[in-house]
Amino acid sequence: MYQTTYHRASSVYEAASLFAKGSESKFLAGGQTLLPVMKQRLAGPSDVIDLGRIKELQGVDLSGDTLTIKAATTYYDIMTNADVKQAIPAIAYLTSVLGDPAVRYRGTIGGSIANNDPAADFPAALLALGATVKTNKRSIAADDFFQGLFTTALEDGEIITAVSFPVPAKAGYEKMRHPASRFALTGVFVAQTKSGEVRVAATGASQTGVMRVGAIEAALKANWSPSAIDSVSISASGLLADIHGTAEYRANLVKVMAQRAVAAAG
Amino acid sequence: MGVEGIGARVVRKEDKRFITGKGRYVDDIKLTGMTHAYFVRSPHAHAKVKGIDSSAALKMPGVVAVLTGKQLVDDKVGNLICGWAITSKDGSPMKMGAWPAMAPETVRFVGQAVAVVIAESKNLARDAAEAVVVDYEELPAVADMQAAIKAGAPQLHPEAPGNQVYDWVIGDESATDAAFAKAANVVKLDVTNNRLAPNAMEPRAAIADYDAAEEHFTLYTTSQNPHVARLVLSAFYNIAPEHKLRVIAPDVGGGFGSKIFIYPEEMVALWASKKVGRPVKWTGDRTEAFLTDAHGRDHITHAEMAFDANNKITGLKVKTYANFGAYMSLFSSSVPTYLYATLLSGQYNIPAIHAEVIGVYTNTTPVDAYRGAGRPEASYLIERLMETAARQLNVDPAQLRRTNFITQFPHQTPVIMAYDTGDFNASLDAAMKAIDYAGFPARKAKAKADGKLRGIGVSCYIEACGIAPSKAVGSLGAGVGLWESAEVRVNPVGTIEILTGSHSHGQGHETTFCQLVADRLGVPISQVSIVHGDTDKVQFGMGTYGSRSAAVGLTAILKAMEKMESKAKKIAAHALEASEADIVIENGEFKVTGTDKAIAFPMVALAAYTAHNLPEGMEPGLKESAFYDPTNFTFPAGAYICELEVDPGTGKTSFVNFVAADDFGRLINPMIVEGQVHGGLVQGIGQALLEHAIYDANGQPVTASFMDYAMPRADDVPSFNLSHTTTLCPGNPLGIKGCGEAGAIGASAAVINAITDAIGKNNLEMPATPDRVWRTIHAA
Repeated sequence: MYQTTYHRASSVYEAASLFAKGSESKFLAGGQTLLPVMKQRLAGPSDVIDLGRIKELQGVDLSGDTLTIKAATTYYDIMTNADVKQAIPAIAYLTSVLGDPAVRYRGTIGGSIANNDPAADFPAALLALGATVKTNKRSIAADDFFQGLFTTALEDGEIITAVSFPVPAKAGYEKMRHPASRFALTGVFVAQTKSGEVRVAATGASQTGVMRVGAIEAALKANWSPSAIDSVSISASGLLADIHGTAEYRANLVKVMAQRAVAAAG
Repeated sequence: MGVEGIGARVVRKEDKRFITGKGRYVDDIKLTGMTHAYFVRSPHAHAKVKGIDSSAALKMPGVVAVLTGKQLVDDKVGNLICGWAITSKDGSPMKMGAWPAMAPETVRFVGQAVAVVIAESKNLARDAAEAVVVDYEELPAVADMQAAIKAGAPQLHPEAPGNQVYDWVIGDESATDAAFAKAANVVKLDVTNNRLAPNAMEPRAAIADYDAAEEHFTLYTTSQNPHVARLVLSAFYNIAPEHKLRVIAPDVGGGFGSKIFIYPEEMVALWASKKVGRPVKWTGDRTEAFLTDAHGRDHITHAEMAFDANNKITGLKVKTYANFGAYMSLFSSSVPTYLYATLLSGQYNIPAIHAEVIGVYTNTTPVDAYRGAGRPEASYLIERLMETAARQLNVDPAQLRRTNFITQFPHQTPVIMAYDTGDFNASLDAAMKAIDYAGFPARKAKAKADGKLRGIGVSCYIEACGIAPSKAVGSLGAGVGLWESAEVRVNPVGTIEILTGSHSHGQGHETTFCQLVADRLGVPISQVSIVHGDTDKVQFGMGTYGSRSAAVGLTAILKAMEKMESKAKKIAAHALEASEADIVIENGEFKVTGTDKAIAFPMVALAAYTAHNLPEGMEPGLKESAFYDPTNFTFPAGAYICELEVDPGTGKTSFVNFVAADDFGRLINPMIVEGQVHGGLVQGIGQALLEHAIYDANGQPVTASFMDYAMPRADDVPSFNLSHTTTLCPGNPLGIKGCGEAGAIGASAAVINAITDAIGKNNLEMPATPDRVWRTIHAA
């Protein structure tokens, strides 16, 4: 690790001002990506501003048809939260299969979506559920937030404060784990809104990061059942390929995981 | 016998310190004035080192020195050696290029060291290493073995034209050809045995401490065999004579073969310690482990097996290409020859065998022994061939094996090994019963109805352990003998210290070796301690590898115990005024048989040391040593059967059941044996399903972290169903065969045989990743 200066912020306001003072500042949430990368000397921020102890960034709120998860809430706290389990059980399930217990005790929803790893789980949930990302400056629709590999709509120094999810009629998530990293080799989140709209998002599949899958959305809109996807063809073009999964395999997984997610959603 | 004797499931003595964080590993040791080393490593797979500019690094904070390969040469430090000479079929010796500990002129794999920074802390050394400017001239590289042997391929070493180290043969070619000419059926198979990275939990580490006044070195290092390390460092590397070099291998966190070898880093640390006049510590990180710990396996093989009309094997032809990486590591040459081809008869009567092995250099990390070392490759090949033959000949795979089992012992194979004993039908019976082999078709049908492809796979392995009779290995080119030593020191109060040349790095010697003493003397194991891993404390010994510590190391302890007991009986007889022949040892006492006269063992010990009343002419003290050289290898064998399901939608494999019926001879501690089998099976399953060390065409490693290299996790493997069918080894007095490598040797074939059975297609390479299985299912 290169030399760095660590700051523990006690408020979002303080975090933002500390960030502005550093020459190459980085926010630290659960540290599940930033710390390994720093240890490998692949990142050398001048200042690390820890958001993990800020009280206003912790907790879950269910209000009417909106579930709000604050940004520094850990996966474990999301997984075990009664409101999450009641309102959107698919999110509780997603967090239960995210990483391992050590990751779940540290990692946060805000950290995950700010990093926007192309194989992370939460971006698929946000995109499929049509969530809204709240920051210290504005609100951003999930469709606008994710902009490619490790790229988001966040401006320099902007801090995610919460994510709001409209409670859907049905939702499900299934993924194939990457054999080595245990990230999603491909994962698919399916959702049907209370107004009947169908949204499907796949992670770990596309070279441009989390993506909507229009062909599957159309099939499910016509008939919400796993068999509705049987005739859908997913192109391997533009999909990720590595030693653990060819593009053709990932195209297959998009379809198979979507079918299983629909079955899980009921 | 008793609750702590041979056969008892005694809880491991060493675990208290390991599970409470009190283990003492090399990196835990801190010496006064200690400096830290960080290596500058090549980012290129093949390049000329045109120059190294250390000037900026030397000015950085805390930097003590920057040392290069040229300085190593100037100081006449020797090149790394390969300790087993192999002769090619044309009679020529193997062809090797030089391997300097830091490259003065040419780098040949990514991660090869070119310089080392010595600084006040590891972080400062690492900072300065980034400031060392190395001027490389990139050369064409070749990582693929088949590409490396083609005409026009980049050449690694001028000494080895065509990148060929040797072309070695074993067996009778004309008898084999004759068998094939008469064959009723011939079965052919091409298999790849995938390259693995060993990944011991503790990375390699070294602390070198040079004492200028005494001209003496101490090396703390992660070694499976500290005496061999001292011998090689002294005899070949010109570091120091043996009596001026102490090697200590303290607690070591796993080896699996990778810590047998003497690597560049330990050598450089010793040399650097003298250069800078201060202790030097180097602790590798996980990336360095992937780049520089000797890899395992990496064979490409074509094999053909001939059968007569009764499905009896009549001949076997094998041609194997073995990838050695960029340099010949310490025992690498023996792995694909005498540790591989000598086991090609498997558990079967095969009248004629001929095998050819071609060793190849590539621009990759050196390859050497890894858990099983040659025997997993042989067992995998034979058991894949048997399964392929059963499918081709349309016979039950278990029955085809029975038809060909060796049932008479001793059995001389056509490839050197003479099997001493075994009962292959018994282990196959036990495994088939445990898994309900007969009920499999019904289970497969039910799984099919649930949309799953269910398969069953058999693997009947045999291996050669207890490595090894010194005379035999010497005649085959080994540079060392492979006996073991022991010393039994009885203290005046009757406690016992066992000094052993074996080294425990996870095997549980501190428990099992005590159990032998408890068994013989009837004393509690708390009265016994095991001393190992320090060349200043322990007499010369050969170390731990090749599942040898019980069969060879414990037998050496037995021999020393027998000598000690003989003297103790004389002392007891004298004290009890009885005949020595009437003395028996029971429950910690020396008794006159048939009487109530007895003397407790501590009193015998005290008598030996007070020496007030010893038999006439007897020396005081109670301490004996022994060197034991086995007369043959031992031959653990067994039957593994795996039942699994493949998800046709994803290609993912899920285990239903995995049974292992092993014959290890006598078990000292069944609990520890089970642990060894569990670990071995997981490594075998890891090879079959997950693990693969991959390079791109330019020699860049693709799998240099756990984000890419898939190590098995607990939820990747089933709960194992273990049993033992025992034939005692006639070659050693305890009847021990060895258990350390069996799982890794036998498991892979059972898994691949089961998956190929499930999907109904025979061609499937390891690792059978979900992607690869899915593509195989859906291939035209």
